Amino acid sequence: MSSILKKAAVVSIPNVRQALLRSNPVLANALLAKRAYNSKNGVEMTVRDALNSALEEEMTADEKVYLLGEEVGQYNGAYKVSKGLLDKFGPKRVIDTPITESGFCGLAVGSAFSGLKPVCEFMTWNFAMQAIDQIVNSAAKTHYMSGGNVNCPITFRGPNGAAAGVAAQHSQCFAAWYGSVPGLKVVSPWNSEDAKGLLKAAIRDPNPVVVLENELMYGISFPMSEAALSKDFVVEIGKAKIEKAGTDITIVAHSRSVGFALEAAQLLEKEGICSAEVINLRSIRPLDTETIINSVKKTNRLVTVEGGWPQYGVGSEICAQIMESEAFDHLDAPVVRVTGADVPTPYANNLEAYAFPDTEVIARVIKRTLNKKIGA
Amino acid sequence: MLPLRRPTTVRLHIYNKQATRSLASAASPIPHDHNHNQSQELTLALPKNSFQTYNCDLPSLEIVLPKGDLIRMYMAMVTMRRMETTADTLYKSQLIRGFCHLCTGQEAVGVGLETALTYEDKVITAYRSHGFTYMRKGSVLPILAELLGRKNGISGGKGGSMHMFTPNFFGGNGIVGAQVPLGAGIAFAQKYLSQGKGPATFVFYGDGAANQGQVFEAFNMAKLWDLPAVNGMDVLAVRQAIAYAREWAMTDGNGPLLLEMETYRYGGHSMSDPGVGYRSREEVQKVRSDNDPITHLKEHLLENQVVSEKELKEMDKAARAEVDKAANEARNSPPPDMETFWTDVYVKGYEVPFLRGREPQEIHYYSRNAK
Repeated sequence: MSSILKKAAVVSIPNVRQALLRSNPVLANALLAKRAYNSKNGVEMTVRDALNSALEEEMTADEKVYLLGEEVGQYNGAYKVSKGLLDKFGPKRVIDTPITESGFCGLAVGSAFSGLKPVCEFMTWNFAMQAIDQIVNSAAKTHYMSGGNVNCPITFRGPNGAAAGVAAQHSQCFAAWYGSVPGLKVVSPWNSEDAKGLLKAAIRDPNPVVVLENELMYGISFPMSEAALSKDFVVEIGKAKIEKAGTDITIVAHSRSVGFALEAAQLLEKEGICSAEVINLRSIRPLDTETIINSVKKTNRLVTVEGGWPQYGVGSEICAQIMESEAFDHLDAPVVRVTGADVPTPYANNLEAYAFPDTEVIARVIKRTLNKKIGA
Repeated sequence: MLPLRRPTTVRLHIYNKQATRSLASAASPIPHDHNHNQSQELTLALPKNSFQTYNCDLPSLEIVLPKGDLIRMYMAMVTMRRMETTADTLYKSQLIRGFCHLCTGQEAVGVGLETALTYEDKVITAYRSHGFTYMRKGSVLPILAELLGRKNGISGGKGGSMHMFTPNFFGGNGIVGAQVPLGAGIAFAQKYLSQGKGPATFVFYGDGAANQGQVFEAFNMAKLWDLPAVNGMDVLAVRQAIAYAREWAMTDGNGPLLLEMETYRYGGHSMSDPGVGYRSREEVQKVRSDNDPITHLKEHLLENQVVSEKELKEMDKAARAEVDKAANEARNSPPPDMETFWTDVYVKGYEVPFLRGREPQEIHYYSRNAK
């Protein structure tokens, strides 16, 4: 028992966590879960299971919803997100595709034009680059180009951003790319409630929606409220959530970075340095600027955190929108972005750790920002 | 593979009486006083070399169809020809902007297709789409108005030449080859929604798109899952081939059928291509004089005494008048209202809270979503 507790403590160190995640992800995730997110009422669910429930509930509720992608059926999902769905719904509604992203994405979009509600899974969003023409030119733009005559109620989903040790071609974050496209909605869940609620909302939304999950979050358990367990539970697309209230500085993050932001906030509070407010974006497009602005009016300082590259990223967009808004007059210091490093993701463990922000980086940046004053 | 050399040897074996309704709604026959019976059936023979097949039976070379169908086909072809040549003129007067891909000379494809289909069958093609739009119940005025970017265009003026849609016609797609997987998806939806008894889907692509990887990806999935889709390259419509293909595709377990149609466009690839950089003017002229689809059909109409020369001239005149009237009305139509700039980015009632224009003060708010 004590060895597990020691491991749990040690897992707080990023390098060790990375190594443990690679060598034994199940154990690592279990330890992380126990350490951070114990539930009060005892009901916990992993992000993976939350996504599975969302799919199962929506497919049960509407005959037109179907799932297609690589390994979603017989293999029960490359990451087991679609476990049990083939058995429950059969091969008409859970379809294993050949390795042809461009083709099957186009097929899914065409079926949406023609009355179905496909959930198109990409094994990772990196592979969707092969299909991005269909996502943007066919799905996103057609309602507009047809003067409202053609609908595309499709959901695209899959893991996005950093994994562990999978190197440059398998670690890119696409939030900024898809977030820039009018006609799409883009969501980025962090915890299980986010995952279930946002995926259900995405499937019900008559517009094309991009759901950016994260592989490293799949195995992490979170408490699920009574409401979240209901089969009608949805999280509104376009509303951010204040995960932790604070007074001295606002941290805005999405996806996995929310966890790091919360840890940094806890750390800084324990050290008596500041009380940070942590906002979980939940949606990339539309961006909930109202919640961010209201928070900045209260705290007067803002730090953004994301896993994606810095240039033209989510943080850049938040900075621009804050600058153009009334929140600018409330800032005591410039907004700072914490982002992934501007390099293709390296493989070696120490290099990879240096490519993505974590608790320590966020805490360091916050301390630095708190020491700044405009004009000083 | 079915290369067809004589575009007018169109011959229809009516699998389904419904088939004529699709054409009937697209172009109404001219009333005339010739005292024959329009519903009288004619039997015509196609030349022996009309079809080549691979791995399937030859379609029958004998076609039986009522005289009224021939008349309607002729009317549709001349109206389509007139519509496209009008677009050509409008483009050269700079009233049509951007891209404009015409199907002059290829009328047999769109018309032949429609006579073998029911309206419920689905069609998708790339950007050379005005002819198909017309045949699939998009009439001349909304098409010309769309080309001119007017409010009453078929897409509200927001799509232009390459983005025209009707309920069973899915465009009008700008990206070469992208329509083929989309078409496979439409076929997939028909099979899904109808327990396998759904309408057929016809997916058109040209020799350029034939290079695209996604085309082969779509073929693979269509056969893997027995999707009721037919592919045709942009050429002659052999309604016989289409009808044959339609029945094939709708037979359980057959999956897709690939059709190749040899056709010929008189114009260049688009309005910015004169079309003589890669072929001689003489070649184009020769096809026009020896192999024009409208001329061939005219010969059939006269040989079989379906109509007289005088009546044909009246039909030509009527087609021209219809198109000219539509063109005038389109030219006098207003541009789209500015508020349509912001509509249809998202489905009405399910929009985002606001979208930004060119600067922070140009901002459009959407009313609270209907949920």
